[in-house]
Amino acid sequence: MNLEGLEMIVVLFIIVAFVKALEQLGLLEVGNGDKIEDELEMTMVCHRPEGLEQLEAQTNFSKRELQVLYRGFKNECPSGVVNEETFKQIYSQFFPHGDASMYAHYLFNAFDTTQTGSVKFEDFVTALSILLRGTVHEKLRWTFNLYDINKDGYINKEEMIDIVKAIYDMMGKYTYPVLKDDTPRQHVDVFFQKMDKNKDGVVTLDEFLESCQEDDNIMRSLQLFENVM
Amino acid sequence: MAAGVAAWLPFARAAAIGWMPVANCPMPLAPADKNKRQDELIILNVSGRRFQTWRTTLERYPDTLLGSTEKEFFFNEDTKEYFFDRDPEVFRCVLNFYRTGKLHYPRYECISAYDDELAFYGILPEIIGDCCYEEYKDRKRENAERLMDDNDSENNQESLPSLSFRQTMWRAFENPHTSTLALVFYYVTGFFIAVSVITNVVETVPCGTVPGNKELPCGERYAVAFFCLDTACVMIFTVEYLLRLFAAPSRYRFIRSVMSIIDVVAIMPYYIGLVMTDNEDVSGAFVTLRVFRVFRIFKFSRHSQGLRILGYTLKSCASELGFLLFSLTMAIIIFATVMFYAEKGSSASKFTSIPASFWYTIVTMTTLGYGDMVPKTIAGKIFGSICSLSGVLVIALPVPVIVSNFSRIYHQNQRADKRRAQKKARLARIRVAKTGSSNAYLHSKRNGLLNEALEMTGSPEDEHMTKTTSLIESQHHHLLHCLEKTTNHEFIDEQMFEQNCMESSMQNYPSTRSPSLSSHQGLTTSCCSRRSKKTTHLPNSNLPATRLRSMQELSTIHIQGSEQPSLTTSRSSLNLKADDGLRPNCKGSQITTAIISIPTPPALTPEGESRPPPCSPGPTTNIPPIGSNIVKVSAL
Repeated sequence: MNLEGLEMIVVLFIIVAFVKALEQLGLLEVGNGDKIEDELEMTMVCHRPEGLEQLEAQTNFSKRELQVLYRGFKNECPSGVVNEETFKQIYSQFFPHGDASMYAHYLFNAFDTTQTGSVKFEDFVTALSILLRGTVHEKLRWTFNLYDINKDGYINKEEMIDIVKAIYDMMGKYTYPVLKDDTPRQHVDVFFQKMDKNKDGVVTLDEFLESCQEDDNIMRSLQLFENVM
Repeated sequence: MAAGVAAWLPFARAAAIGWMPVANCPMPLAPADKNKRQDELIILNVSGRRFQTWRTTLERYPDTLLGSTEKEFFFNEDTKEYFFDRDPEVFRCVLNFYRTGKLHYPRYECISAYDDELAFYGILPEIIGDCCYEEYKDRKRENAERLMDDNDSENNQESLPSLSFRQTMWRAFENPHTSTLALVFYYVTGFFIAVSVITNVVETVPCGTVPGNKELPCGERYAVAFFCLDTACVMIFTVEYLLRLFAAPSRYRFIRSVMSIIDVVAIMPYYIGLVMTDNEDVSGAFVTLRVFRVFRIFKFSRHSQGLRILGYTLKSCASELGFLLFSLTMAIIIFATVMFYAEKGSSASKFTSIPASFWYTIVTMTTLGYGDMVPKTIAGKIFGSICSLSGVLVIALPVPVIVSNFSRIYHQNQRADKRRAQKKARLARIRVAKTGSSNAYLHSKRNGLLNEALEMTGSPEDEHMTKTTSLIESQHHHLLHCLEKTTNHEFIDEQMFEQNCMESSMQNYPSTRSPSLSSHQGLTTSCCSRRSKKTTHLPNSNLPATRLRSMQELSTIHIQGSEQPSLTTSRSSLNLKADDGLRPNCKGSQITTAIISIPTPPALTPEGESRPPPCSPGPTTNIPPIGSNIVKVSAL
């Protein structure tokens, strides 16, 4: 075998090319093959609620009502907790016309009192108990909590505009009269005129409670959902 | 709405308290739960097997048999249970649908039995979950094809006297089993193809010696005989081709088809040979032409189903074959280069150039190993052995993969195309159902005014009419109504929205409370002829109020039909807006009677006149354009 230097280089190059070609064809594995294993890290979060008696004592629901509520809850969320995605999906089903995701986001934050990112059955039932069976004071306080997005104790205009815009988003596009861009803003201006007593640009809890209790419409509408369950 | 989501309606309604402080207007009243009964278990006895479930579970789907009042027809007073004389196995799936919201299709079940059961329980098969939908559609398609095949074979037995001579000929050509003449023709052509092919083969066989010790092929020895045979075959083929050309329904398409090209290629050489004389210059070309005579063997593909299938699968598997060819070419070039440079040093080497080494590489890789080119150097031998080893891999491995691939890809392609076509239709149907749910609110809103009025007066006989919507639906609609009040805007459907947009831009919308001739005319002048054709059916001021109402009912039908062109619905919704109070709460049975009572304007020209003739009661047979639409709707 009388191979001169140049030819040897060519031959070596050809061999390397051949190996690479085999690799390309998938017939030869050189180097660390990254075995992508499907690591399904499904941490099955399974949460069981406290006993029926405890929940009955903590909330204003009877045992039967708790049973019905839990059956519905468990059907939709078998793992026992609702995360924000599921919450949004469920809520969006009731408003097929528009986009209910933003309002559902604010609702979720209002339900998730401990800010854990998931709503357990106890939180769910506690909030429902306030909304359906609570006193006027409690309902209004809950609503204030809903509007106060950053939970600092004050509602300012931006927060209110966000909330109202989220409500208008649920209406969708096809409305009569046609939704204009500044409709939420106008609505918020009206609201602030009513609520902000000392005109300092923010609404505190006391101002809110006072203004709502003065308004007959609001008082009446709060009683609307009394016999929902 | 999905199954379990109905259970979350109390939550959604409770969350509506968040809108209350923001709202400027008072909220509507909530629907009262008149018969507030506790959730109870109901027993469903299906052919002896008892199923139990909560009542509210069944009420999740109010438009099915079990969710509506239709199940009361099956209530057995003696045993206090609902008895259904149906298959309990399929009922298990149906009940699971209510429980989980997903309908599954059990594989062991017969497709038509399953379809029957679903139709009985009022469930659309479209909502079968994704996990089982493909299987369901496949089985359904198979069944349909089988039924179609049965029908076809039945039809073939019958004689269809109404076919023209040309069509009978074409049928005879395509399907030889239709008549004995066709069968005879089929076998005769097959025989002649075989004769022609054998002739071609035999005429090259050496056939004994002629004085002069020269071996002659049979073709030259018995030239005349072979020529006569060849002529006869070509005659038959030409006649057959011309007959097919005459009988073909689409001559252009027939000429372009593969079989006709094969026919032409098979008989052309003969004619070209006739035209060309025994000129020495072109005899080489003449010889080449004779090669084309072998294409006559492809004419057998008309006689053999298997050949056609093979040809089709090769065509559909072309990409895989292309890949095999490409990888082979790559390997050949690599190895040929390597061998050339390895053998360059040795003397008297046959590897004179790289293309010359191609032959060695191919022969080695396909493990033929003729031995006409053999490496002599050690490096050459090493690379040669690597070449033959890799040849086995490169050729043997992809081939079974290709074989299994193309059978899988072939089936998959067919299924994927069908699924894609079905998917569009399926999504469209689901979308229609979704818009149905949002339209349901709009309908009930219009009903709602009347319902509230009725509720206020509290007239007992009208109470039944208010109960047509279920409690859950009325609560849901109340929720949406509250949202409307909060934001001071109303939900409307798409067509009205666009109408309003057009109005505000055109600003010449005459808002008429009573439909007058002028308003219709004003609108027809801006419309296309199709619209005006429909407007002539709409009421003019001469009609009495009852006819007006029945016309309104027609318009509502158009809305509920929902497949209509948007033009008609916008016109009908126009009427709707104008006369809200007149419309009664229609039930399905009432609508059908109203259709018959519509007066038809006689002497309707197809182009549509803008001035409708004075209506007089005429026979209902005179509504061909709308008639089809009506029929379509009443089938609902």
